[in-house]
Amino acid sequence: MTEETRGIGRLLLSPAVGLLFIWMIVPLGMTIYFSSLHYNLLNPGTEQFVGLENYTYFLTDPAFLASLRNTLVLVGSVLVLTIGLGTLVALLLDQAVVGRSIVRLMVIAPFFVMPTVSALVWKNLLMHPVSGLLAYVAKSFGLTPIDWFAEVPLLAVILIVAWQWLPFATLILLTALQSLDEEQKEAAEMDGANALSSFVYVTLPHLARPITVVILIETIFLLTVFAEIFVTTGGGPGLATTNIAFLIYSQALIQYDVGTASAGGMVAVVIANILAFFLVRIVGRNLEA
Amino acid sequence: MGRRITPVRLLINTVAAWIVGLMIFFPILWMVLASFKTELEAFATPPSFLFFDWTLENYATVQGRSDYLHHALNSVIVAGGSTLIAMLIAVPAAWSMAFAPSKRTKDILLWMLSTKMMPPVGVLMPIYLLYRTFGMLDTLSGLILVLCLGNLPIVVWMLFTYFKEIPKDILEAARMDGATIGRELIYVLTPMAVPGIASTLLLNVILAWNEAFWTLNLSTSAAAPLTVFIASYSSPEGLFWAKLSAASTMAIAPILVLGWFSQRQLVRGLTFGAVK
Amino acid sequence: MKHRLGAIAGAISLFAAIPCFAQTTLTIATVNNGDMIRMQGLTGAFTAKNPDISVKWVTLEENVLRQRVTTDIATKGGQFDILTIGTYEVPIWAKQNWLVALDKLPADYDTGDLLPRIRDAASANGKLYAAPFYGESSMIMYRTDLFEKAGLKMPESPTWDFVVDSAKKLTDKSAGVYGICLRGKAGWGENIAFLTAMSNSFGARWFDEKWQPQFNTPEWKKTLTTYLDIMKVAGPPGASSNGFNENLALFNAGKCGMWIDATVAASFVTNPKDSKVADRVGFALAPNTGLGKNANWLWAWNLAIPAGSKKVDAAEKFIAWATGKDYIQLVASKDGWANVPPGTRTSLYQNPEYLKAAPFAKLTLASIDSADPNHPTVKPVPYVGVQYAAIPEFQGLGTTVGQQFSAALAGTTTADAALAAAQSSVEREMKRAGYIK
Repeated sequence: MTEETRGIGRLLLSPAVGLLFIWMIVPLGMTIYFSSLHYNLLNPGTEQFVGLENYTYFLTDPAFLASLRNTLVLVGSVLVLTIGLGTLVALLLDQAVVGRSIVRLMVIAPFFVMPTVSALVWKNLLMHPVSGLLAYVAKSFGLTPIDWFAEVPLLAVILIVAWQWLPFATLILLTALQSLDEEQKEAAEMDGANALSSFVYVTLPHLARPITVVILIETIFLLTVFAEIFVTTGGGPGLATTNIAFLIYSQALIQYDVGTASAGGMVAVVIANILAFFLVRIVGRNLEA
Repeated sequence: MGRRITPVRLLINTVAAWIVGLMIFFPILWMVLASFKTELEAFATPPSFLFFDWTLENYATVQGRSDYLHHALNSVIVAGGSTLIAMLIAVPAAWSMAFAPSKRTKDILLWMLSTKMMPPVGVLMPIYLLYRTFGMLDTLSGLILVLCLGNLPIVVWMLFTYFKEIPKDILEAARMDGATIGRELIYVLTPMAVPGIASTLLLNVILAWNEAFWTLNLSTSAAAPLTVFIASYSSPEGLFWAKLSAASTMAIAPILVLGWFSQRQLVRGLTFGAVK
Repeated sequence: MKHRLGAIAGAISLFAAIPCFAQTTLTIATVNNGDMIRMQGLTGAFTAKNPDISVKWVTLEENVLRQRVTTDIATKGGQFDILTIGTYEVPIWAKQNWLVALDKLPADYDTGDLLPRIRDAASANGKLYAAPFYGESSMIMYRTDLFEKAGLKMPESPTWDFVVDSAKKLTDKSAGVYGICLRGKAGWGENIAFLTAMSNSFGARWFDEKWQPQFNTPEWKKTLTTYLDIMKVAGPPGASSNGFNENLALFNAGKCGMWIDATVAASFVTNPKDSKVADRVGFALAPNTGLGKNANWLWAWNLAIPAGSKKVDAAEKFIAWATGKDYIQLVASKDGWANVPPGTRTSLYQNPEYLKAAPFAKLTLASIDSADPNHPTVKPVPYVGVQYAAIPEFQGLGTTVGQQFSAALAGTTTADAALAAAQSSVEREMKRAGYIK
């Protein structure tokens, strides 16, 4: 690579890096500043510097560990579901299918709907144990309907979020599959590989990088899932569906405790960084070419 | 491409794909059906699938109550504008990282992603105060700014992934033919990256279209997009599911059209065979 | 000739371009309930009388509205000219001097006509800080046919024992009928509103005079165990995520024998268009245990003007129109007396036409009158508010406690554990906020 290329490379990169830097630094700076104050929006003028007290308060909240656990369970489960199913669906749609465009649109459609609306549709029209469609189906088979949000609230939320994000994974993987060289697949077949080995040794490595990208992007979004929980369970019952984002909301934002909300935000950033560090360790190799 | 598909294979593929597609699509179908039912009907047990009194009253109510076109136009401007600007900034950045990588490339990529790690609820106050100070509350440019910078890391990442797919030898061949980097970008890279650019554009427009936290908090009426329109149908006292379904169907409609058209781009695979 | 015509045309267009008076635009933030939506539809009547004022509406769901509006007023964002706030916000915001006192309203507005309890709830230091346009309490709605079938008669002011007993007798799960539907969804405005009001009737309170939380008292234990007991035997499945809307849908579909909730629900359940049981509903006061307080709450939505607003005159004009007597007449003439915004004016409840169109009116009034935000409980308390304590921390406290109680309802924790968790978390928060040492 020439020095010229490298120079131009840096130039082309600078707008993105510059803008994101300002976008990161200014709110981050303000958040760190607020997190060191005892600042309640409803009692302005009484701000005082309290150092790390907001952090201790947030971290010693009995709900903190539970919400951390819920966050990790939520993110992990949705990742597994979306990538696992997403790969399968992408493979299916990569085949010749009559009316493929329509099926593709149907598969992507869940991503079009606003998260609050999907959550409401799932909660009231589908999962409601008295008048939801799933309850009706269960009763037709003589089973008692599951009270989703009382018995398995976190699972219910996971299912809703996974349904919303499946199109994202599917679309990225499908697009990546399109670029898979047909010749490589045919060569493998001629060498006597069956469908399964062809998948494992030819397709999967090709998908390694897109899957990594999906994992990293989805993780970033899933860590801050909020709307679905707010609309369906309100964090309950108990703490069953409270994640870190919801904890920040219910402990701080809802009573306009800007100090603790900012401290909570910083804690969330630290957790996300730790998580990303481990993820990159595991799958980061795929980012290089 | 020379694979012959047997009719049996085609049938199996088609049936399987349609079943999967319908299962995934079903909740949305249910929602659209609900939008044509009366409120009482929408919540009735046993639920009625196709045989009920179809009515347009929900659409009439929604259209009469809120200004759909105003909000839709705002959504188009905000989602489209923020994504296009993000693409303009991201394409050169992604190119640079894919074809002129340095030791720092991976770190920069990860750093970009880390700018999205702060949960919006934690940073609402600082941003609101900033926007208030600069008079950007309830402005289209304010919304475009926050959504553009919010999605920029995602756009960069996705483009980076697709650019990496493109074999370097083709680009080198073009350069050896004397093309400058500019020409290389426009005439060689872009056509090959079209499916990738199309799917990046589609996904990010959708992310911006459905973004409900910043758009609800930073806009009031002048710049309010469809997310605010829908929020006004969400969970008032009284039955609302049919109306919410109608409002939501109206909100998805433009995206569905966009999705349908951008599909054509996704179909075209990279034609390496032809180039070789 | 052309020249002169051109000049004349120019002069005329200049006159046409300059409006005779400046246009003031009012941006109103409001909640998306039926009465407000109706008001939006009737805005034309206001702008016809006031051509120099135009109105823009921002309609949001209650929680989003509250967050949006509070953020704006606390940061002096200036995004709204008129705010819709509840009786929870009025005392807190008035204390911060965030609201303009409404003491310059025209005489025919007749502040004296406002229902005393509602007026108190919208005032601070004797001054009116927000104009109520909608008031509610809570009461029992019950199925007259089911009661008749079971041979029961609902008194006008039943006790909790009677209600618990009737609920059990009315339940027929195989037929899909549940004796009683109550709120269970976690939230300070959802299950906590109901449970706090219920606790008042059992003699309990949130804090004692020294702000010490009281969840470890026998009164709260009795409240919670009664609630859990009745819901377990006679409540519908999924109750722990049922809020107002879900219960309304259940009642309208005929699945509830009784429902204790906002008085406004009465107009929904008796509307044949939305309800399958519209002609079979009776009403009664919320239950009591003989201690002098019923289990009902008090709430009003009010229009207020943020301090520092530059459009106070126009805003006052709108508020006077929207919450005045003429507006009520307007709605009655367009949509009928049953759809008039309830719970604000004494004159409405003396109007025979209204009483005829709204069979629940008398009990609504009685319920509102029996809930005193300044003395909500049997024992003395340091806060105002019937189903909440009007302190800024209450939203967070209520949400946390609400989650615990909803978990108890869902069966994932016991009543004792829930009460203990509520006590410790509220104590922790109150210490931090400086109310207790």
